[in-house]
Amino acid sequence: MAVEVRIPTILRPYTGDQKSVEARGASLSALIDDLEENHPGIKDRLLENGDLRRFVNVYVNDEDVRFLGGLEAAVSDGDEVVVLPAVAGGGPDGLVRGA
Amino acid sequence: MLTLDRATYDGIVAHAKRDHPVEACGIVAGPEGSDRPERLVEMVNSAGSPTFYEFDSTELLALYQDLWRREEEPVVVYHSHTATEAYPSRTDIGLANEPGAHYVLVGTQEHGNIQGPVEFRSYRIVDGEVTEEEVTVVDALPPASTP
Repeated sequence: MAVEVRIPTILRPYTGDQKSVEARGASLSALIDDLEENHPGIKDRLLENGDLRRFVNVYVNDEDVRFLGGLEAAVSDGDEVVVLPAVAGGGPDGLVRGA
Repeated sequence: MLTLDRATYDGIVAHAKRDHPVEACGIVAGPEGSDRPERLVEMVNSAGSPTFYEFDSTELLALYQDLWRREEEPVVVYHSHTATEAYPSRTDIGLANEPGAHYVLVGTQEHGNIQGPVEFRSYRIVDGEVTEEEVTVVDALPPASTP
């Protein structure tokens, strides 16, 4: 058993164009390390300075991981993980919070 | 080139005017790979700001789950600029994560909430590169071609 991770279009170059891939790990952090093993380069698109990027959303069983302890969020076999880039932007003086 | 039907075009403009001076945002969904903007979905700007927009993270997931169920994708991603030109800002470019989408910018600075023309422009944004494209408005989209 493993965890199914749904990959957004923008990151599919890392997964050979697959919409979802399997990964293993007891926490989101471990899961991302496992993803990186099989899909080198993807970790850097998800993390920045050791934390989840501000404009990348990750959900475990439909819950935003920011409400589940972030990278420490527990993951177990059969869970469904979804990665979605934020849909965001703004005018020239728009604030880029945390970016 | 982006081709929109009149009702969708009017719907985007009406949303932008209604939310002015806050930035309005949303998508127009269409069947995967079709490049047909068929279904307007207004989103809430969770930033509630005149200079920034962001889809709420829970609503974002619900939106994409709905798209996946329908085998659709965001053909257009739109938002308004309420005090500046309808051209992608550095923030817009850095956060453009749908390489296949048409990024529509509506400029409401001239007339705000009241009647009057708006700027309505469309761009492709791929790997940080912005290419403006023509926008054509038709009464109705041509029938979908059958593969």
